[in-house]
Amino acid sequence: MIEPAGGAPLLTDKQPPQGTVTAGDGAHAASPAAPRPRRRPTDWRKRLEITLLAGPAILVFVSFVIFPVVLAGYYGFFRWKGFGPATDFVGFENYMIILQDSAFHDVLRHNGFILVLSLVLQGPIAIILALLLNQKIRGRSLIRVLIFVPYIISEVIVGIGWGLMLQTSGSVNGLLESVGLGALQKDWLSDPSIAIWSLMVIISWKYIGFAVILFLAGLQSIPDELFEAAAIDGASYWQIQRTITLPLLGPTVRIWAFLSIIGSLQLFDLVFIIWGQYVASTAGTSTMATYMVANGRTSGNFGYGSAVAVVMFLISLVIALIYQRYVLSRDTAGALTEGKK
Amino acid sequence: MTVLEAPTRQHKKRPPRDRQEWGSPATYFIAFVFIALCLGPVIYIILGGFRDNSQITNSPAGFPNPWNLDNYAEVLASSTFWQQVGNSAIAGIATTLGVVTLGLMASFILARYTFAGRGAMYSLFAAGLMFPMTVAITPLYILVRDLGLMNSLAGVILPQIAFGLPVTIIILVPFLKAIPDEIEEAASIDGTSRLGFFFRMVVPLSLPGVVTTGILAFVASWNSYLLPLFILSDQASYTLPLGVQAFASQYSVDTAKVLAFTSLSMIPALIFFTLFERRIVGGLTGAVKG
Repeated sequence: MIEPAGGAPLLTDKQPPQGTVTAGDGAHAASPAAPRPRRRPTDWRKRLEITLLAGPAILVFVSFVIFPVVLAGYYGFFRWKGFGPATDFVGFENYMIILQDSAFHDVLRHNGFILVLSLVLQGPIAIILALLLNQKIRGRSLIRVLIFVPYIISEVIVGIGWGLMLQTSGSVNGLLESVGLGALQKDWLSDPSIAIWSLMVIISWKYIGFAVILFLAGLQSIPDELFEAAAIDGASYWQIQRTITLPLLGPTVRIWAFLSIIGSLQLFDLVFIIWGQYVASTAGTSTMATYMVANGRTSGNFGYGSAVAVVMFLISLVIALIYQRYVLSRDTAGALTEGKK
Repeated sequence: MTVLEAPTRQHKKRPPRDRQEWGSPATYFIAFVFIALCLGPVIYIILGGFRDNSQITNSPAGFPNPWNLDNYAEVLASSTFWQQVGNSAIAGIATTLGVVTLGLMASFILARYTFAGRGAMYSLFAAGLMFPMTVAITPLYILVRDLGLMNSLAGVILPQIAFGLPVTIIILVPFLKAIPDEIEEAASIDGTSRLGFFFRMVVPLSLPGVVTTGILAFVASWNSYLLPLFILSDQASYTLPLGVQAFASQYSVDTAKVLAFTSLSMIPALIFFTLFERRIVGGLTGAVKG
């Protein structure tokens, strides 16, 4: 079976044997400066081909990804109910309101809490599980499928299922009762001191399989020779893990952390489905995205909602850029910063 | 020349820490506990559909006793369920075709043409990776509404194609780069134009990568919630995630039926995933490695 991007691309005699092919430096950069064979397409023809093949993708991408973000920037300066042209220009008033709204401060705190705890809870557990599962054990491929199941199920199903399990008369409390731990029964979803922890459990349950699978793939790309050499030198299992595996797993962990951070900042579906748009703030689980929807579209304040979107966008952008600059810079080799180098 | 063997996966090799063939019991135990935790809630949903409401009220965490097939039968007999399956399937298939077609064409340009602005074009798409739909949803809703696509699946499909392009391109570009220049030169000597090379050589050679990205796009579309929530307000246009949620709030007292509806709606994604698990995992890790 031909596998796509998982492994190193085939190295032909023309391509230098780089470990990673940095995305963006074309196949032709690798070929020597010798002229290409006959029938080289004329310039206008090449331009036509580029337009024809790349044009549709750029058009769709710009219209539905870039343009809306720009549009949000524009509407964010207006008090606008979403109908007719936006005329009530209010300057930075929306932004002032957002920054002074204590409900927004709450969602920032919740997002920050979720971000940090996702990294702290999922990261170490996933690394340990990946190390364990990377050993040669029976049924490893079956295990790989099964731990990925929560990730593949939609947020709606996860939200409804966990919501039913965690409600006061749900199966979690029922289970505690039946094993004699009735004293531990809690109001898992509405008690503000517990709800966000319940959310963390659900998030971890849903996404940890992804981390494990990612780390397993990272582990399997570490060359065997390193382990063999270390074993010959008399290194113990844990010494090998600490000095070889973990450092070499670094790039995978850093990419996972990046995805996890972005995901935490954008969290919407699970909260919205389990807590709805109004309960989330009293239960202490509201996020920037639920705040945006509740105060934007639901209440018909599209100008304000757009301003919230811009704030979210800027927060994500700044965090992403800082992360790339200081954490990812050593291993992405231009995967995301290509062209800015 | 081993031209047709395109990129093969290297990490098939296994680490050498397998002194005992079976591994230690502790490993199995931890793996078992972890899997039980992963599957527990899923099994709860599936089994719950086989119970009735009085069973669920009396013993929230019990097993079906007796097994009750009515809930599943009722859901399967309802036209609403099948209509939502149909809508989800249309949205998923159209999104997949769109993402794959546009993504493959653009990736071909990015991988095999040299021109000013190529780096900028790549950055443009790569930047899209950082910003999921959530940030753009409010203006996206306005845009779709102004285009007159509210309550139509096209209003969901077009943005999904746009937001699926970054991942597709990030996965496909290295894949297309790995097609050796010699093939292109040989095609050129045989009188094939570059477009001919694209359709006759690149499309078939990149099929594995295309399948991966296609599956990712389909599963993402099948599970997508936020965009349909904004765009589709008419019951007849609901996709499954919206339908499941509407069903859950409409029949909130009928827990067993909600569980049956929920478990039926996850079956397609699960089957799809089981069939293509290797490709999905390979694609995700490929995407992450850039």
